[in-house]
Amino acid sequence: MTANTAPTHTLDQAQLQAAFYDLNEHDHPEGGSTMLGFWVYLMSDCLIFAMLFAAYGVLGGSLAAGPGPKDLFELPLVALNTAMLLFSSITYGFAMLAMEKNNKGATQAWLLVTAVFGACFLGIELYEFSNLIHEGATPMRSGFLTAFFSLVGTHGLHVTFGLIWLFTLVVQVGKKGLIPANKRRLMCLSLFWHFLDVIWIGVFTFVYLMGML
Amino acid sequence: MANEHAHPNPAAHDHHDEHGASHGSMREYVVGFLLSVVLTAIPFWLVMTGAIPDKQTTALVIMAFAVVQIVVHMIYFLHMNTKSENGWTVMALIFTIVLVIITLSGSLWVMFHLNTNMMPMSVHDMGQLP
Repeated sequence: MTANTAPTHTLDQAQLQAAFYDLNEHDHPEGGSTMLGFWVYLMSDCLIFAMLFAAYGVLGGSLAAGPGPKDLFELPLVALNTAMLLFSSITYGFAMLAMEKNNKGATQAWLLVTAVFGACFLGIELYEFSNLIHEGATPMRSGFLTAFFSLVGTHGLHVTFGLIWLFTLVVQVGKKGLIPANKRRLMCLSLFWHFLDVIWIGVFTFVYLMGML
Repeated sequence: MANEHAHPNPAAHDHHDEHGASHGSMREYVVGFLLSVVLTAIPFWLVMTGAIPDKQTTALVIMAFAVVQIVVHMIYFLHMNTKSENGWTVMALIFTIVLVIITLSGSLWVMFHLNTNMMPMSVHDMGQLP
């Protein structure tokens, strides 16, 4: 606003201010909007996955005479993977319950158990990927495989970053204890971790189970 | 379980340290976990054993199981409710769901029609193109 250069003001200056500025400023405590902001981030992440699911839906049948889902997927392995992620979800829940009780040691222990399950999930997924690539089913082989590796790989990347975050928080809780800031961080990671499990439901249903039909 | 913090007056912002998502209870997590196990095991069993001979029906059934399990996760693990953050999380979720539906159904619809509307073209025909 270049109010001082305009000579023809019909509005009262005080009125003008009241209309444009929030004069009733009040204190916003640190982190007061973190949870909502993080939720909005998760929703935008959800849209990334929606794009990848759409790409898989469109390209899933483009095999380019290469191997298809029935030649490649092993459902027992996927079931094991799903179990790992589900276990990690409930152990993270236990970590949150321990946090509620201000039990620092139990929180860290459950976080580490969660990390073990998360790492198992990643290990199994990498084993699956390396098997696929070894069989010649690389992302370059067909549209189906490009879409498959993009979708499942992006999810795996999210789990990887979740694990890094988790270890960071274990160290931070160890150093600073369960202070409000750390509790807030743990709650954000909780949302992130459970959100990844929700995405995985979509992956195993639409990619693996429907692919094997 | 919901933390009440619908404070219309700014002064009440002070005791705002823990907010939004509630943490749930042991019972909630266990119920959510058991429901998830059942809702995961049944679709895997259906596909691995081929219990329903018709593939179309199986696909619809496992899709229904996925939707139910997503709702279970939202309620029991993500602790979604209409009260957290004064309802803004639910608003954001509804907006996202609308966008996801438009993205998925729109992409599939357009691309499948594109495929069917394309003239079949052999390699020989492609060579004749200007």
